[in-house]
Amino acid sequence: MAAPASDGPAIVVEDLRVKYGEREVLHGLTFEVRRGQTTVVIGGSGSGKSTLLRTLVGLERPASGHVRINGVDIAAASAREMDTIRKRIGLAFQGGALIGSMTVHENIALPLLEHTALDPMTIDVMVRIKLEQVGLSGFEAYKPAQLSGGMKKRAAFARAIAMDPDILFFDEPSAGLDPITAAGIDELILNLKKAYTMSMVVVTHELASAFLIADRIIVVDRGEIVAMGPAEEVRNSQHPRVRQFLDRTADDTQDDDIDHLRMFTDGIR
Amino acid sequence: MELVAGVGAAAERSVAYVGDLSVLFARSLRVLFASPLKRRRSFERTIHQAMMTGAGAVPIVSLIIFFVGVIIALQGAYQLQRLGAIGLVASLVSISITRELAPLVTAIVVIGRSGSAFAAEIATMRVTEELDALSTMALDPVAFLVLPKFLAMAAMMPCLVMWADLMGVAGGCAFGITSGSFTLGSYWIATRDALVLRDVTTGLIKSLVFGLIITAVGCQEGFATGAGAEEVGRSTTSAVVKSILLVILVDLMFTILFYVTRGVS
Repeated sequence: MAAPASDGPAIVVEDLRVKYGEREVLHGLTFEVRRGQTTVVIGGSGSGKSTLLRTLVGLERPASGHVRINGVDIAAASAREMDTIRKRIGLAFQGGALIGSMTVHENIALPLLEHTALDPMTIDVMVRIKLEQVGLSGFEAYKPAQLSGGMKKRAAFARAIAMDPDILFFDEPSAGLDPITAAGIDELILNLKKAYTMSMVVVTHELASAFLIADRIIVVDRGEIVAMGPAEEVRNSQHPRVRQFLDRTADDTQDDDIDHLRMFTDGIR
Repeated sequence: MELVAGVGAAAERSVAYVGDLSVLFARSLRVLFASPLKRRRSFERTIHQAMMTGAGAVPIVSLIIFFVGVIIALQGAYQLQRLGAIGLVASLVSISITRELAPLVTAIVVIGRSGSAFAAEIATMRVTEELDALSTMALDPVAFLVLPKFLAMAAMMPCLVMWADLMGVAGGCAFGITSGSFTLGSYWIATRDALVLRDVTTGLIKSLVFGLIITAVGCQEGFATGAGAEEVGRSTTSAVVKSILLVILVDLMFTILFYVTRGVS
């Protein structure tokens, strides 16, 4: 719809630290998301990748550091500036997060109704186009509860692209789906990538889909970036944690017997 | 000493809680006056809420307050007939219903039907990330969810209470006629003579405030929910308990206020 706000990177993250109470979850992340590219953030459970995504869209506030989206620092942005940024981004939640009391059509029409002055007939057409793009034509009148997991994700994609965003975020697009449905979702992301010139950020732990859709990959482990670069480069990385993740080997938790014993006896005299 | 500290902490929490409720109300007011562009859809959502919280409550409120009217008449007659003053039953019923029982019983029914539903709705939306989804779409959950509920309640509570006044008096009348002490006409005249406008208006003013309290507590408890299904249940329970307590407290304050100022109007 509108031209990108600037020609620089879509997202610039500098020394980002995020805390939940006293516990620091992200320990100083620095990276950028290039415009028009698909950047995939991979990492295990508890690696901090979901927190990273929530921070990028402004749902969590950084403890320190900067997140610049289209050149605007979201930590310092006012509520009004934040709203302006949010109208230019789309987020497809892991579980869909469709409004349960509304039909699929109403869910996708919602941002258009609230943020544009388009007349209802135009919005109706736009909703049908978006639903057709995600392969959900004919499901306009369904409530989210009547959809399967994969269909909910597709409907969430349609809502995320409703406003033709500059940047599209996906949270675990293929998690909890069978391999066939997951492959369908990957294909859909590739199609969206072809159809739009959006920058995309995908957070996932599914390696196969990560390498299929990514231009660039960022590997996050225990709140730190351990590898970053073009997909091929990351695939050939020799970093031990990256290899462990890519080769699917379990954590060697008992690397130090004394430390392990201390875990049980700590604080006891 | 510990007891004093405990009481102090509890008082501080209570004040902070009332503060939270006021903030929610103030934010709703700001949305109402600050974004005129979105009023039309707020209005549509308000109508939808009003149908559920107001119109939907009419049958149960009618039934309950009718029975309360009968009960008050029975209890009153038991006392009054010993004084040979059974003719005062109509007066007793009409005044206690309009001033006190219609607003209170309606509030309690609405807490059970709508206050709990508000808390459960918003808490579930928190758990399923729907609130986060609204935020990322630059939609203010207060404008989207809370304001229509406040407007609907502010409009519907007084309407419900007016209807409850009628039904309560009808309950008293049903007793009056079956007991043979009144005819329909004489009961009507006795009620009309007993009531002054102030009896009805004080009840309606109270009901408006009750409606705002029920909405604020229901929504606040919903927003404050934690993670998981169990938390949704806890929020709902907490909304009902806190609403009832606050409604009774405010009722007490109003009643004192109306009593002190009884000679003024």
